[in-house]
Amino acid sequence: MRPDELAERVRPRYPDVLVARGEAIAVVERDRIREALEELRADQEVRLDFLSDLTAADWPGRAPRFWLSYGMYSMEHRHRLRVKVGLPGEDPRIDSVVPLYPTADWLEREVFDLYGIVFEGHPDLRRILMPEGWEGHPLRKTEELGGVNTRYRGTFVPPVDRRIP
Amino acid sequence: MSDPAHDPRPLRDPAELDDPLSTAEVRQETMVINMGPQHPSTHGVLRLLLELDGETILSCRPIVGYLHTGIEKNTEYRTWQQGVAFVTRADYLSPFFNEVAYCLAVERLLGITAPPRAQVLRVLFCELNRIASHLVWLATAGMELGAISVMLYGFREREQILDLFEAATGLRMNHSYVRIGGVVMDLPGDGLQRVEGLLRMLPGRIGEYETLLSRNPIWLERNVGVGRLPAEDALRWGVTGPILRAAGDPRDVRKDEPYCGYETYEFDVPVREDADCYARFEVRIEEMKQSLRIVEQCVERLREPGPVMIEDPKLRWPAQLEVGPDGIGNSSAYVRHIMEESMEALIHHFKMVTEGIGVPEGEVYQPVESPRGELGYYVVSDGGHRPYRVRIRDPSFVNLQAVPQMMEGGLVADAIAVISSVDPVMGGVDR
Repeated sequence: MRPDELAERVRPRYPDVLVARGEAIAVVERDRIREALEELRADQEVRLDFLSDLTAADWPGRAPRFWLSYGMYSMEHRHRLRVKVGLPGEDPRIDSVVPLYPTADWLEREVFDLYGIVFEGHPDLRRILMPEGWEGHPLRKTEELGGVNTRYRGTFVPPVDRRIP
Repeated sequence: MSDPAHDPRPLRDPAELDDPLSTAEVRQETMVINMGPQHPSTHGVLRLLLELDGETILSCRPIVGYLHTGIEKNTEYRTWQQGVAFVTRADYLSPFFNEVAYCLAVERLLGITAPPRAQVLRVLFCELNRIASHLVWLATAGMELGAISVMLYGFREREQILDLFEAATGLRMNHSYVRIGGVVMDLPGDGLQRVEGLLRMLPGRIGEYETLLSRNPIWLERNVGVGRLPAEDALRWGVTGPILRAAGDPRDVRKDEPYCGYETYEFDVPVREDADCYARFEVRIEEMKQSLRIVEQCVERLREPGPVMIEDPKLRWPAQLEVGPDGIGNSSAYVRHIMEESMEALIHHFKMVTEGIGVPEGEVYQPVESPRGELGYYVVSDGGHRPYRVRIRDPSFVNLQAVPQMMEGGLVADAIAVISSVDPVMGGVDR
């Protein structure tokens, strides 16, 4: 299906759907994520049966602060739908989709590691890229950047956001 | 090969054993060993925690993160153009794919397309890069499974491809050659002859590797039937690329969601049904031949000259590059123009360098078919002069999750064959 056809097809169930830059995007409520992905997979005409990507973006100062995006793909029909879920900045948590897609295991661990979003029901939610004892979640926009201490006359190289360009 | 899952003997507590020296009882103990992160056959800093029962792998846990360099975070603090220099370092064996995917994503946000010749050059370099990457895979896989000559041959031919890359871009790896709106510069004067030289040399060499390996009893013994991953499991684990195609699914982004005009090239997608390490070997060898077919078509299309960068002065880099006394940089004629002739040109240059281009608000996901599978860039802009979010969906990262399923129940020696058949590049896994 073309993106606009796909959008029309899922609109009755997920009214918050749009097509932008040739991609269909549907916004789903947080509590319904598992149910929604299950439905989109079961519908034979939509048949989104492949989770190709799961990631997040951080928008501090906005509500919702975090946007998760699930890159869904149909191996049968070769079309894509991005399913997006907004999460609040305070205690962001959502159901894990590992029971539906085992590939979400590491993807959810990565989002947890870098954004601090908790996936409830994940079998093994630990950091994956950062060291185990790391504090904070580096991809959050509010995270403070570190500079570099050098041996050259004790100079400190400031972090990139505090350098004069 | 014994299957531990179906071993009827119960595991016993070692403390209950009467004779701790009896081998029958020792047989019941398992051993946990750490393979990596520093191990010559784990392709970089991959760590595997293996639980062994004798020679049999009971469980495997891949541990990653040792090469995390924060590329995604870094791009958020640089201009859009500088992003290219960061993403090219993610999967360092396929730098052109990272550059192309990132630039295509930004170009879609900007609503521009690169000129036709630039697109042909992108395809040309991607396909040569695919061959170079598969040659590294072949070389390392051969070395790890005892075929040392293949290692030498693979790196020898790869070096010839990298020579061309160096001649065209200035660097063997991490080229930053593909830029937003096109490519940084056209092929050098003898570029096409060099590509034709590769086209004369490579088919015979690829045939040689096949002769060396495809009927080699040791190679067959180590690969046939090892590390099976059926297509349905591959899809559950999100696995794409040669591993999925070796399991019978002809998924290829170049065919399914074409970019850079791939729909206008003639090539086949090699598919095998056996889903084992040997099928992956066959798929990759065949892919190199198909890439050569595409390169041939690129050479024909490159005979006509044309622009390699969009014309819009608000988006294109103002200078042409050339090699000066201190290396590659802005051409001396251009430097004279901005320093001595035109104040406006200097202001424009200053703005392009320090501020960069602005990209309209929005988000796109751009997949490309890298040598390891679907490489996707999810790029978000808030309308500013820097990327708001650059997410790299790296195929190695996702594919590694399926490694335990491929290994468990096999022999510890098969772990090496499985890892090399997955061909993970840790620079891409950890980013």
